[in-house]
Amino acid sequence: MTSTVRVSNVTKAYGRIEAVRDASFTLDQGELVALIGHNGAGKTTLMNLMLGLIRPTSGSIEVLGDNPAAGEFAGRRQLGYLPENVSFDPALTGRETQAFYARLKREPIAKAIELLDAVGLGAASRRRVNTYSKGMRQRLGLAQALLGEPRVLLLDEPTTGLDPELRQTFYDIIARLAAGGATVLLSSHALTELEERAGRVIIMNRGIKVADGSIDELRRLARLPTRIRLKVAGLAASEMPAWAPRDTTCRRLNGHIVEIDAAPERKIELLHRATAAGNAVEDVDVVPPTLDELYAHFLRQWEQAP
Amino acid sequence: MNVLIIAAKEIHQAIRNRWVLAATLLLAGLALSLTFLGSAPTGNVGVRTLDVVVVSLSSLTIFLVPLIALLISHDAIVGEMERGTMLLLLSYPVARWQVLLGKFLGHLAVLGFATCLGYGAAVGALAATGSQIDGDSFLAFAAMVGSSVLLGAAFVAIGYLVSALVRDRGTAAGICIGLWLLLVLIYDMALLGVLALDQGRSISAAVLNAMLLANPTDAYRLINLTGFANVSTFAGMAGLAQTTSLTIPVLLTALLGWTLLPLALAALAFSRREL
Repeated sequence: MTSTVRVSNVTKAYGRIEAVRDASFTLDQGELVALIGHNGAGKTTLMNLMLGLIRPTSGSIEVLGDNPAAGEFAGRRQLGYLPENVSFDPALTGRETQAFYARLKREPIAKAIELLDAVGLGAASRRRVNTYSKGMRQRLGLAQALLGEPRVLLLDEPTTGLDPELRQTFYDIIARLAAGGATVLLSSHALTELEERAGRVIIMNRGIKVADGSIDELRRLARLPTRIRLKVAGLAASEMPAWAPRDTTCRRLNGHIVEIDAAPERKIELLHRATAAGNAVEDVDVVPPTLDELYAHFLRQWEQAP
Repeated sequence: MNVLIIAAKEIHQAIRNRWVLAATLLLAGLALSLTFLGSAPTGNVGVRTLDVVVVSLSSLTIFLVPLIALLISHDAIVGEMERGTMLLLLSYPVARWQVLLGKFLGHLAVLGFATCLGYGAAVGALAATGSQIDGDSFLAFAAMVGSSVLLGAAFVAIGYLVSALVRDRGTAAGICIGLWLLLVLIYDMALLGVLALDQGRSISAAVLNAMLLANPTDAYRLINLTGFANVSTFAGMAGLAQTTSLTIPVLLTALLGWTLLPLALAALAFSRREL
């Protein structure tokens, strides 16, 4: 694994406010990394630092072998970026805009125009950008970010304004790029979408990196209970089945369902007990903690830490 | 290469936004009306109609070209930042100085095109109406057009410097209007006032020359009104033309300096700026 982005002990302060505080991480080839956090947690600041749009107060950054803070940009031919609120020169058409960006990256224009079709902008590409809706501008933004088979993709809230169908296409495209060895860093609020796709999650809070790892690692770290829902026949409305453990929280949900908050290592044991008891477990659902819950957990943990 | 790509896009945009059309029509309209109405006081007896046109057009240029130049340049950087397009552009493999230089070349091409075509219309109209144009007059006219473009370049560069330094477009526009008033109107009046008060006691010719070079519009005025003997007689500046030690190369250098220095400072300010 070779790393494409290296962030070491980076702090960025605006006056007395530290937008990013002592953040360190490396991103490797082929990783699809989700950067999550509240508004103002430092996600956009981190991306701007990687692009050299702003310079770190301390610490250093390396992107594709360049030091962006020193204005080096050789590696940017292989970097794609989609800003949070992407905007284009309104007087030019989508096609002209895409061709302009392709020239800057020394990419063949014909290939660049094909990307417009790939994001579903084919028919509208001859119209001026000022006639575009938010979703269409976002599509054009994606098309330009994908120019030149990038090795690093920085995507700031990429799926806002995209319809579900295009979201699917979008995730397919970036999954293919990641499989081909590209590093994809994407920030988003749509945590449920990222859950299935991101191989790694970095959680930011108030400029500090509070968690970093794959979803499974984060689940282990968080030790949040897995919810097991069992549909049991023949129980009275508030009665707990005999096999229900006394030391874990059990709840009755509507009618037949018993919900158990199981510690991660007791999942199997509890399932055994439930099925061994023999009486009419009709259905079972195992819900591991979602990214939403993990996110909330890590923020809570961090806020409560002295 | 990057510089040319950006310049080409600026020109493309200016054509789309009808900036080129508007500037060309404005300059052509004024040049034509000055050519035909402006000759009324001198009558048509003289053969040197074009010399009169050079005098009146260069006086007009001093007001108009800086204004057009500042209009197209004042939001070149801060405007793109506010609209958010700069963010994306700078994520591409281009250096910031290349962005600035590309815009400069693009804007200069637009201005040059409008000036040449607009003022060229005046010569064309004179030739079409049968006025005789001799070589000296034509040379003075060509020099006027060339120096007008250079004056425009200086003000485009000044506009960029303002644009690279301020936080929002409104401020940039305000400062540019202020600069225009100062350099085009107030400076000369103040200079005259100071000279009248001083009565030649402490301000030497060298100081006066320095003060004239310190304003690009004065350098431009001197090139066109005193630089050519045939013109300076009409401009009423024949006397000054004989006494001034500011030669055309010196004046051109001053205008060039007024272009390159603000441009370099703008590049420096822009490269240090955080988005």
